[in-house]
Amino acid sequence: MIGLSHYLILSAILFSIGLVGVIRRKNLLMLFFATEIMLNAANVAFAAISSYYHDLSGQMFAFFIIAVAASEVAVGLGLLIVLYKKYGTLDLDNYTMLEG
Amino acid sequence: METFAFYLFSILIIGLFAVTVLSRNVLYAMTSLAAGMVLISGLFFLLGADFLGVVQLIVYVGAVMALYAFAMMFFDATSVIKEKNSSATTVFLLGGLSAVLLVVIFAAPSIGGNLQPLYPSPDGASNPQAVGLVLFTKYLVPFEVAAVMLLVAMIAGIILAGKKMEHRITSSEEENSGEKEMK
Amino acid sequence: METLIYTALFAPLVGSLFAAMFGMSPKTLLTGVVTSLLLFVSFVASVLLLQHVMAVGPVHATLMDWIVAGDMRIPFGFSVDEVTAVMMVVVTLVSTVVHIYSNGYMEHDKGFNRFFSYLSAFVFSMLVLVMSDNFLGLFIGWEGVGVCSWLLIGFWYHRKDESRDVNPSISPAWAANEAFIMNRIADLGMLIGIFLIYWNVGSLQYDQVFASVGQMSHGLLVAIGIFLFIGAMGKSAQFPLHTWLADAMEGPTPVSALIHAATMVTAGVYLVIRAHPLYSAIPEVGYFIAVVGTFVAIFAASMALVNRDLKRIIAYSTLSQLGYMFAAAGLGAYWVALFHLAAHAFFKALLFLGAGNVMHAMHDELDIFKMGGLKKVMGWTYAYMGIASLALAGIWPLAGFYSKDTILEVAFNEHTYGIWFVLWLTAGLTAFYSFRLVFLTFWSDERYKEYGFHPHEVQKYVLWAMAPLAILAVIFGWWKEEFMAFVTRLLPAYEMNEHTHHMLGVLIVVTLAIAIGGIVVAYLMYHKRLRRNPKIEASLPYRILSNQYYIPVFYDKAFAKPYAELSDIAWKEIDMQVVDATVDGIAKIVEESGDESRKMQNGNLSDYLKWMAAGALILAVLALVAALKS
Repeated sequence: MIGLSHYLILSAILFSIGLVGVIRRKNLLMLFFATEIMLNAANVAFAAISSYYHDLSGQMFAFFIIAVAASEVAVGLGLLIVLYKKYGTLDLDNYTMLEG
Repeated sequence: METFAFYLFSILIIGLFAVTVLSRNVLYAMTSLAAGMVLISGLFFLLGADFLGVVQLIVYVGAVMALYAFAMMFFDATSVIKEKNSSATTVFLLGGLSAVLLVVIFAAPSIGGNLQPLYPSPDGASNPQAVGLVLFTKYLVPFEVAAVMLLVAMIAGIILAGKKMEHRITSSEEENSGEKEMK
Repeated sequence: METLIYTALFAPLVGSLFAAMFGMSPKTLLTGVVTSLLLFVSFVASVLLLQHVMAVGPVHATLMDWIVAGDMRIPFGFSVDEVTAVMMVVVTLVSTVVHIYSNGYMEHDKGFNRFFSYLSAFVFSMLVLVMSDNFLGLFIGWEGVGVCSWLLIGFWYHRKDESRDVNPSISPAWAANEAFIMNRIADLGMLIGIFLIYWNVGSLQYDQVFASVGQMSHGLLVAIGIFLFIGAMGKSAQFPLHTWLADAMEGPTPVSALIHAATMVTAGVYLVIRAHPLYSAIPEVGYFIAVVGTFVAIFAASMALVNRDLKRIIAYSTLSQLGYMFAAAGLGAYWVALFHLAAHAFFKALLFLGAGNVMHAMHDELDIFKMGGLKKVMGWTYAYMGIASLALAGIWPLAGFYSKDTILEVAFNEHTYGIWFVLWLTAGLTAFYSFRLVFLTFWSDERYKEYGFHPHEVQKYVLWAMAPLAILAVIFGWWKEEFMAFVTRLLPAYEMNEHTHHMLGVLIVVTLAIAIGGIVVAYLMYHKRLRRNPKIEASLPYRILSNQYYIPVFYDKAFAKPYAELSDIAWKEIDMQVVDATVDGIAKIVEESGDESRKMQNGNLSDYLKWMAAGALILAVLALVAALKS
């Protein structure tokens, strides 16, 4: 029988995969993909808890996370396009404007 | 049956996402991400969250992935990405450690079993019905705010990516020339 | 009645704050007028309070709860009883006169407004001191007058330091610090006394403390009595903490008149009078106080004999008269001490203000050997100073006669003939040096002409302002019986025994005789011209006296120098090598670690993300640890 912990562990593993992607990849587009993975990991956890505790709040949060993810993609991709036009690359190592 | 489905989905999702994260080719990465999203919606169906699964399919696989696909047209997407990947050990150490920690933290309260449902699911209603009931009563205001947020994001996306705007945020040369041609 | 109390108390504070608003601006006559008027208001309120106390009895008012902590409860209260009422009237009267006088005296001074601000602040502190109904309030006022005294002695702080041979008090700033530090030493004693009281009684209210005197052990009472008296010794400049008073003459003369003659220095006497139930229980400490007072009386008088400085002579006479007051208070005749305190305040303030007039006329010259014959140009001042000196010398029927003679009677009555004899002798010395001053200043040949001075009388309103003091210096003694009847409602009455009654006539004659004798000697020596005998001036006793028994020099060598060296070591060895080094080391560690960790900020977003992930991981660990602990 599949319990709640199974889902939670799956969620944690997915989150970690996303985290690895975030800190490993240098391409901004890949970072976006990794972020999506992390958000989905959270969604899985929410949906699982919602289902096992018979409480719809978790699903509600999952909806809002999807909404946020959609907005993020829309704005983020717009920014990426602007960046690409200006610098001709999406490699993080080339952006050193923040150096203090 | 359920057990089988869960393990199948899980292994596939993990594998696909691992490909996404590790692949050098953006197209592969995106394709496997889309596939992983579809499988996650399968998980939602398994959990009885039918509506959420449908939304997942429509929004993620339909909209978000389409957006990525379109965005990639702007970039040199097909070429293999060259990255300087610094010490992989630290990366995997960090990822692994956080995985273990998260498992422990997530597992703790569910084992303790001291959670109480805040809004119990209404009995005798199918999942989309119940979701509709809760979403338009308890979560009406956040729902509306989310709608406004999506609108704002849409406008922002159009402005940022748009070419024909009077007040440009970018000022690259090629854009200017392109504008002239359009006129 | 509470309104009256608060009016009397806060009018000077309002004046002080008002003057302080213009503190840095050049002279505005307004500040002088406003503060003087407010002081007059305070004086009127004090007189009304005195009348009320006479007719009805003591008044008490509690402004607020001041300190409430655990079992400790100290209200900020004021009580006006017989002693306080007398003190208030004396303080506000002299203050009002001095304020009006200062309008003329400080006319050309740059710090005119500042001066009035300080002066009114002093009066406020003094009123807090005398009006408070507990020891802590008294201590606040005590410190307040100390600060104001410091500010006013050092009023001309910009003057340069000089060597001790040129100016015995070195500089105003030095004198101010000396006064302040001497008082700190004494205040430590007083604080210990107050702590002892609180520790053993659990309250600082006068009535509760004095009610429980009977339950305290004798040794404890002696300790409290002595520690409180140490505080009184500092404020009233008793030996061995006396050196600051003469040096305090560096301040403007109205300050000397108000603070260092009439009011602040008598605070010590006030304290002993206020604590009379305590001191009555320990006659041996009282006797010790009387002996110290007697010693200071003759000790200070002897220094005044040879001094050439106009103000210092008067300062020594103040010291000497304070000795009289302590002698009376120590022997148990508290009302006599208070009587002499009040009388002394009037004639000594008058004397100082007169000296201020002379100084003004002589362009700040203080050497009486350079004066002489001033009565022709300064008739009014001469009259005032003459009256004051007669009162000081104790000539019938002026105020000083009644108060001083009563002290001598008390000393005789107590069978402490030694004290009586010394005080009697001092009365002669007092008469001599007072009139030496008067004759050398106003009679004899006009030596000032050699030095090119053009003396002139001061403004009319200044002279008028001094009139009340002169009148009181004459008539105050006539109210001796009424005064005694009034204050002995609170203070213990003092009964002369049969023997003294028989001897009373003789005593008065003897005392008057030596006083007149002193005047006559001074007259013979100085009324024609200044006679100087180089042989006497070179003799050892003369040099000892004119150098104040070498005590200031001794203090300098024995305390100030070693302390300065110790401070030098503490500065160079301890502070710079240990304390500063530690602080610098901490700063260096921070700076270097900052230098190192700055490399983290290399501008690479990917690295930033790694740091972020690491931070999140640490937070997760912390959350886990916290969850496991709870």
